[in-house]
Order: sequence, then C-alpha cells, then structure tokens
Amino acid sequence: MSEPIVRFENVSKRFGETVVMRDFDLDIAPNEKLAVIGPSGSGKSTLLRLLMTLEQPDGGVIYVKGEPLHHMWKNGRLVSADQKHLRKVRSHISMVFQHFHLFPHMTAIGNVIEGPIHVLGMKRAEAVARAEELLDMVGLADKKGSHPSQLSGGQQQRVAIARALAMQPDVMLFDEVTSALDPELVGEVLNAIRKIGREQDITMILVTHEMGFAKEFADRVIFIEGGRIVEQGPGAQVLSEPRNERTQAFLRAVLG
Amino acid sequence: MSDNVWDWAFAWKILPRILDAAIITIEATLIGFVFAAVLGLLLALGRRSRNPLLSYPIAGVVEFIRSTPLLVQIYFLYFVLPEFGVVLPALVAGILGLGLHFSTYCSEVYRAGLDSIPRGQWEASVALNLSTYRTYRDIIVPQAIPPVVPALGNYLVAMFKETPLLSAIAVVEMMQEAKIVGSETFRYVEPMTLVGAIFLVLSLVSMVGIRRVEAWLRRKIMG
Ligand SMILES: Nc1ncnc2c1ncn2[C@@H]1O[C@H](COP(=O)(O)OP(=O)(O)OP(=O)(O)O)[C@@H](O)[C@H]1O
Ligand SMILES: [Mg+2]
Repeated sequence: MSEPIVRFENVSKRFGETVVMRDFDLDIAPNEKLAVIGPSGSGKSTLLRLLMTLEQPDGGVIYVKGEPLHHMWKNGRLVSADQKHLRKVRSHISMVFQHFHLFPHMTAIGNVIEGPIHVLGMKRAEAVARAEELLDMVGLADKKGSHPSQLSGGQQQRVAIARALAMQPDVMLFDEVTSALDPELVGEVLNAIRKIGREQDITMILVTHEMGFAKEFADRVIFIEGGRIVEQGPGAQVLSEPRNERTQAFLRAVLG
Repeated sequence: MSDNVWDWAFAWKILPRILDAAIITIEATLIGFVFAAVLGLLLALGRRSRNPLLSYPIAGVVEFIRSTPLLVQIYFLYFVLPEFGVVLPALVAGILGLGLHFSTYCSEVYRAGLDSIPRGQWEASVALNLSTYRTYRDIIVPQAIPPVVPALGNYLVAMFKETPLLSAIAVVEMMQEAKIVGSETFRYVEPMTLVGAIFLVLSLVSMVGIRRVEAWLRRKIMG
C-alpha cells in the first residue's frame, strides 16, 4: 500500500462510560473508496466525526497526509493542535451529513460558495462559476436560486454534496447520506456520489446501509462492531461471502 | 365638578410642554437601547467564550446587574461615580444606567437565540472549515436574529416604560416635566394623564412596529 492519506493509529474514544473505540487502527489509501458498515451504535459516525474534528480522540493519533490532525509537533513531542494547525489539516477533509445541515437562510448556490469565498479565498465570480458547474454535475443547475426549504430531501442532499466538493477536499466523508430520504430519492443521491467517484481523484469514506451500492462502488468494505474492525476486504467478499460469523449475522439481519 | 377634575383647555395648553419632554424620553430610550443591544451581544458572546477568565467574570457581572434595582444603578452612576472623579450629566448617567441594566436582559435573549440554532449548523460550519468569526457572522447570527427580535422588542418597550426613573436624578423627561407642571399649577390630573396616554400610544405603536420588523426580517433572511 502506498503512503496512506488517512491513518488511525491506536485511536480510542469514549463518551463517559461508553467505550466507542479501543486501539483502533486503519489506513486508507489515496483515492480509495471505503465503505463502512456495522450495526447501530458500533462507532461508524464516531469514526467520521473524529476525522472531521467534530470529536476529539481520547488516545492515539489520526494522521492526514502524514500530518497529525488533532495534534501537532512541538519540540519533538505531540501536543494538542492549536486552531491554526487544526484548520490547516482539516482543509483536506469535507463531510456530508445524514440530515444535510444546509444553511437555511442561503440559496443553494449561496451554500456552495460560502466556503470557497471565505475559506479558500476565491474571487466571488470564480466561486459562482465553479458552484454552477458543481450544481450542474449533481443535476441541480436550475435550482441554484432556491432555498433549502423549497427543495426535496434528495435535492438538498445533492446541494450538500456540491457544497462539500466545492472545498476541493482530498477526502470526502459521507455519513448515511441517504438514510433520511424517501426511498424514491435515494437513487439520485447515489448517482451523484458515483459520478464524483468516477470523475474526481478523491478519497471517499462512506458509512452506509446501502449494501448493493457498497458492493458495487467501494474498493474495500470494513465491517465494524464495538469500535473494532471485525472483517474487511473487497465488497464482493465481505458482503457476499463473509467469513466472520458476526458479519454473517449482521448481513442476515439487514438483508432479511 | 367634572369641570374641576379635567380641564380640556389646560390639558391642551400644557400638551406641547409634555410632548417636548417626550422627545427626551424617546431619545433616552433609543440611545439606551442601542447601547443595551450592542453591549448585550458582546456579553452573550463573552459568556459563551471557552476562556473561563472571560466567561466567569462576565456571568458574575450580568447576574449582579440583573439582580439589583435599576434605580440604585442610576443613583450610583449619578451620585457615587463623582466621588471617583467621574462626573456625568444627568441625562448621560440615566441613559448609561438604562443601557447597562437592559444589556443584561438583552444578553440573555441573545443567549437563548444562539442556543436555538441546531448543532448541525455549527458542525456544517466546521466541515466547511469556516473560522469562528465567519461562522457567527454568516451562519449563526443571521439565523438567530428573527427569533430574537420579538424578545428584544419587548425589552425595548419595557425600557421605555422605565424612563420615568430618570426623573429621580432630575432628567427632564416626560414624567419630570409633568411633575414640574403639577408643582407650578397645583394640577396633576391633566399632566399625569397625558403622560400615561402618550406612553400607551407609543408602546402600542412600537409593538406593532416590532411585529412588522420581525415578519420582514424572517422573509428577508429565510427567503
Ligand atoms: N455525543 C455523544 N455523547 C454520548 N454518547 C455518544 C455520543 N455520540 C455517540 N455516542 C455513543 O457512542 C456509540 C457510537 O455512536 P455512533 O454514533 O458512532 O454509532 P453509529 O455506528 O454511527 O450508529 P448508527 O448506525 O445508529 O448511526 C453509541 O453507543 C452512542 O450512543
Ligand atoms: Mg451514525
């Protein structure tokens, strides 16, 4: 494996008494499409939220492009990262949420240009032009002036995807991005994700319950339970011929 | 008899004097409220700060001001500060007192407004790597404004109704003017009734105005 773009090294995380991750290790290769599956409460969201710096690890280090994410080097020692370091390393990562979290007071295009203008320092005209391309790519060219409240769930989620992509991340995180959608709207969002996977050099980590999509789209599927990787491998193997009995039990339960 | 209780001609004659003084009342209210609204926002943000050296003292000051009477604070600014070499004109001391006192109420309103913004909005801002300043300016504050306006408006009216306290340090606002008229003419019914009526009309008008502003803001910000 080439130099990993993301590395979890001995990461542990707990919430009060609940231990969510214990000595968790994971390497993710540049451009890899990684699907994360597992039962409710197994720590899938926590994995992504740690990487987005929405949570702090209690132990261990997460590296992004070789740089520690929540820590920084000082006199040869790892110390807690300051805001500047955090923002620098975080700039490689972007995230799409289950419940979209669009900014309701901005139009679709307003949502997409906010980061590029104020974080990437892009000129407004350029940001708008790029945002239009991205909205076009997710099939929403005609909705750029709409507010989130005027859009369907599937449309809102595609705006959220465009918004995350506009930040030009190296790593994109998707946390059950179709779970809050009516079944007939799931396809359009998965299509947008497929398209990004095809057209961009980008690492993608997807927590999903769409097993068919995971099998077809991901280079690797990891099944986690109790904050540990129980089984991993190509989707065809993990999802079709799981070796671990816990994986088998999980898949039986979700596939019915 | 009824002639003695209410004299229309007299009321009509003193109305300009009361209205003149109403200008001072309105001035004190508006300037005081701008002060309260701005300082209140700073207090609310300071209280949310992760730095306890900032948030704790601010919380203490807010509690202190909120739980002591406005009249005491106005007296303090006007009569006690000069002992420390700070001499303020009565109107300035009064406006400062009103602003300071109501800034603590405003800060609570802002705090509730900021708390009403769902956590997802903060998390999306982190995911876009927005700075804290940008997050407040572009994401949080614009959404917190519409729910905050009615409560701020109520405090504006409440503050307006507290302005007669300034008469205690001889600011010639409506109440003080009415008292002067009364002591000059030995007639209190007309000046006091006029003051009450003007307060009523202005309060009602501002209530309606505030509802309008709120509706307008909601449309403008939420599209
Ligand atoms: N902020 C928090 N405070 C307390 N406990 C939390 C918090 N966030 C997560 N947990 C707990 O940590 C565990 C892992 O949660 P996590 O959200 O990562 O699970 P998940 O695999 O994403 O589950 P789901 O499939 O239901 O989304 C759960 O037991 C959850 O209750
Ligand atoms: Mg989850």
